[in-house]
This record gives sequence, C-alpha cells and structure tokens, in this order.
Amino acid sequence: MSAADATAGRAAGAILPETGGFGGALSDLFWRRPKVLLLLMLLPPVLWLGVVYLGSLFALLLQSFFSIDEFSGLINREFTLKTYAELFRPANLDIIMRTVTMAACVTIASAIVAFPIAYYAARYARGKWKALFYIGIMLPLWSSYLVKVYAWKLILAKEGILTWFLGKLHLQWLLDAWLSLPIVGGNSLSVSFTGTFIVFVYVWLPFMILPIQAALERVPGNLIEASSDLGANPAQTFRNVLFPLALPGIVAGSIFTFSLTLGDYIIPQIIGTSRLFIGQAVYAHQGTAGNIPLAAAFTVVPIVVMGFYLWGAKRLGAFDAL
Amino acid sequence: MRSDLQRAPLSLKVAATAGLLFLHVPILLIFVYAFTTEEKSYQWPPPGFTTQWLAVTWNRGDVWQALGLSVQVAAISTVIALVLGTLCAAAISGSRFFGREVISLLVILPIALPGIITGISLRSAFNLMEIPFSMWTIILGHATFCVVVVYNNAVARFRRVSGSLVEASMDLGANSFQTFRYCILPNIGTALVAGGMLAFALSFDEVIVTTFTAGQQQTLPIWMLEELVRPRQRPVTNVVAMVVVLVTLLPILAAYYLTRDGDQIAGSGK
Repeated sequence: MSAADATAGRAAGAILPETGGFGGALSDLFWRRPKVLLLLMLLPPVLWLGVVYLGSLFALLLQSFFSIDEFSGLINREFTLKTYAELFRPANLDIIMRTVTMAACVTIASAIVAFPIAYYAARYARGKWKALFYIGIMLPLWSSYLVKVYAWKLILAKEGILTWFLGKLHLQWLLDAWLSLPIVGGNSLSVSFTGTFIVFVYVWLPFMILPIQAALERVPGNLIEASSDLGANPAQTFRNVLFPLALPGIVAGSIFTFSLTLGDYIIPQIIGTSRLFIGQAVYAHQGTAGNIPLAAAFTVVPIVVMGFYLWGAKRLGAFDAL
Repeated sequence: MRSDLQRAPLSLKVAATAGLLFLHVPILLIFVYAFTTEEKSYQWPPPGFTTQWLAVTWNRGDVWQALGLSVQVAAISTVIALVLGTLCAAAISGSRFFGREVISLLVILPIALPGIITGISLRSAFNLMEIPFSMWTIILGHATFCVVVVYNNAVARFRRVSGSLVEASMDLGANSFQTFRYCILPNIGTALVAGGMLAFALSFDEVIVTTFTAGQQQTLPIWMLEELVRPRQRPVTNVVAMVVVLVTLLPILAAYYLTRDGDQIAGSGK
C-alpha cells in the first residue's frame, strides 16, 4: 500500500471500523476499560508534578528540619527544631511581621481600587465597552512583571514624572511632608515603603479585579433596584446588598494578592528600603550565606499563613468565585 | 439611587476610569522613555527624542543571546505544558474518580504557592541530586507552572464538548484515536492554542523561579533584572522593556480572540 492509500484508508476508517492492528487493539482496550485510558492520561502529568514539584517541595521541607553548624558553616543532617526556633529571633520575627503587614495593606488597598473597575465592567459595560474593559484588565495582568516594576522605577524616581506632576500642581509640599513621616517615608518614593506598597498594589491589581468582577456578574440588577425601591440609599445598598454578594470574589482575589506579596522578593529589592521582606530573607540565606535550612524554614511561613488563609477563604465560599 | 440604573453614577465612572488609567499609564510611559535622549537619569519630561537607542540595542550581542534563550525555553516549556495540561484536563473532565480533587489541586499548586517556594525547592532538589544548572533546569521549572494555564483553558473547553459527541463518533465506527483526531481536537483546538500562547507569555516573562533554576545562563528577564539592580546602560534597558511589552502583547491579544466565546476567562488562573 502506498502512502496515499494509507491516508485514504485512515480517512475512510473514520466511518468504517478499523480492521485491527496494534492501534485498533489499543483503541478497543480503551473502549472496554476506560480506567486504562484514564490511567494512561493521568500518569504523565501526575508523575511530572508529583516527582518534580512535590518531590522538591518535600526535599525543601525536610531541609528545614536540618540545622547549620555555626562554626564550620556545614549543614548538619540531623532532625532538629533549632532552625524553626531561629525564626522567632527578634530580627527574623520583624521580617515576618513586616511582610504580613505589607501583604494585608496591599490586599485592602487593591480591593478598594479594584471594586469600582470590576463593578463598572460587570454592571454597566456592554458590547464593545465590555470587551475593552476585559482587554484593559488582561493586558496589564499579562504584561511583563519586570517591565511593570521598571516603569515604576521611572515614575517614582526623584527626577521622574510623579515629582514633576506634583510640582505642576504646586503640591510638592505634600510629597515632602509624606516623605518626612517615619516608617512610610524616606529619601524619595523609590526608596520608601510607600513606593514598595504602590508597586505591589499596581502589579497585583488585575488579580483582584477579575474575581470581583466574576462575583458581581452574578448579582442580578433587579436586586439593586429592589434595594433602592425599598428606600435604601446607595451607601446602604452597597453595605447590605452589594458588598456581601461581592465578598467571595474579594476573598478569592485577596488569596492572590496576599500570597503573591508574601513571596515576592524582587519588588522590595528594586523599589524600597534596605529592610528585608520574607522573600529577600529566603534569597539571602540560600544564596551567599548558604544557610539552606533557615531559608527553608522561612518559606514555611508563607505556606502556613496561606494554609490558614485558604481555610478561612473556603469557609467564606471564595472558591466558587474563582 | 435613581430609577434609570443603566446609567452609571458619575463617581463610579470617575473611579473606574482612574483605576484603568492607573493600570495603563505606567506601561505607556515605557514607550516614551525608549526614545529619550537622556542617558544618566530618569528625567521627566525627556529633554529630547531620538531613535539611536534602537540601533544600539540591535547591535548588542548579549541582548540577542538572552532573547534567544528565552524563546527556546518558552517554546519547549509550552510544548511540555500543552501535552501534560491537555492530558490532565481530559482525565479530570471526562470522568469521576477517587483523588480527582487532589489532582486538580496538584496542578494549581505551583501557581498558588509563591514563586519563590517553587524556585528554592527546585534549586535545593537540583543541589541534592547534583544536577548541574543548564537550559533544561530552567525548562523543568517553567513547564511545571505552565501546565496550569493550559489546563485551565482546556478544562473549560472540555466542559462544553458534549459527551454524546464522542459516543456518536464511536457508534459510527471510529476508534479512540480517530475520535480524538476528528471529533475532540477540532473542538478543543482554539482553547489549546490560546492556552499555549498564554503559557508562552508566562514563561517568556518569568523571573522569580528562573533566578533559582538558572546557572550562568541569562534569559531576557534575568538580563533585565541585572540591569534593574545594577544599571549599566539605561537607554538599552528602556528599549528592551518596550520590545518585551510588544512581544507579550501579541500572544495575549491572540489568545483573547481565540477564547472570547469561551465560558471561562482565559487567564483567570495565572
């Protein structure tokens, strides 16, 4: 049989039963025992994720129970909780508190900024505008993370556009007053916690908008109308009708903003003070210091925090809005 | 609230517009800075405009090398992710079995946990097993978190492919492979292309996991990170940033047009 005949034969086989051969036998097997097909389909992805990903995750967790010898700098492979105890030293506790606080602030701020966008997109945008809103949210979500951070480095620089803009509005004094505050201030916005905060909110904002929008899409318009018909003012409608219905979406979005802020080490490194966040501490300990056990113990913190967070979110029904 | 609710209140319009501007202005600024004549600082407004930096960047070998590696890594990771993600989506959506929830959680986990955890655990695993860092260690990491993007797109589409279609195909005498080729693949094709494009964009842009799984190799994001931490030639960085925006823009728009009729938002699981 020539190659052309073989192709024709295969095409005809779409209508007529295959006469056999290895492929046919395999196909019959799949039909008689769907479990075999299921197993074959699941095997590659489960092997990959199970071995490569879970395997290395467990290897990491295991190492957090090792400790480092302070004199030789070698890793001592004996089970100990010493490394975890080190997390509770004031300096390390400080890092954890700073990161969790930042994550909480970023989450709240992005919920506030995201809500109007999501609400408008879900309720008022129609047709062309709906598509425009969708792309308007997806583009920043998928554009390069580093480019976004870089853009903010340009904006927040002392000679950058923000200072120029505030100068034009004669509001320079406001910026100066803010920067002279303790903690949140600094030499310029690009080396202050305020700068870090703004960039975090910017970078994770689309992750908050999408789930809120998904939750709000499901709120029927006549529910809002009924609320105002019954005499509620817009603020009351928001508090008693809209907000409770949007809450699962907000919680779903906050999972992303919270988790991503907890683990990020690039933004605070490029825009921010020299005080460390969890991600930077992990990076520093595993890199130059070579203290893998402590780095591993540090990574357990976001996992535990996120574990509690997800557990709470599940109780609030956030996973239905994902 | 007035009764004509189809009109948005002014305050909402203002807040939504301000939010969208907040999302887009920073990216647009990159385009302006790529043409500035200022070399030493991030001065605004730019003192003048020039296209010379495009040429300078074009002749930079290190940029091309980084770009080449990024494209290679993204392409191979996308192929792996396509195979694994589709298989997993087909299994999950086609049947109910014990452990189904666990497996769908397993797929999402690499993206749900902070990237630094994925990165450092892969790195320590490579160290433990004494695997030298190479392009393949980068791909190993990238493919792991790209699976979820393909999976999300495919699973959404599989949900809409009716089971009776498959049964009809089998009743008409097609075997499993023919059913897949002529019945399932045309239905899920666009979702796979969209998922693949998003996976490509995700891998092309990844930096957090890559810093841990790369040795001496520089992908484009790693190159940019170096420039951000220790700026050497700012105008070149500006141009590269602009190019990166343009390169990631196209697959995103294409993916949107391919899945806009879908029942799920393509990127909702990034």
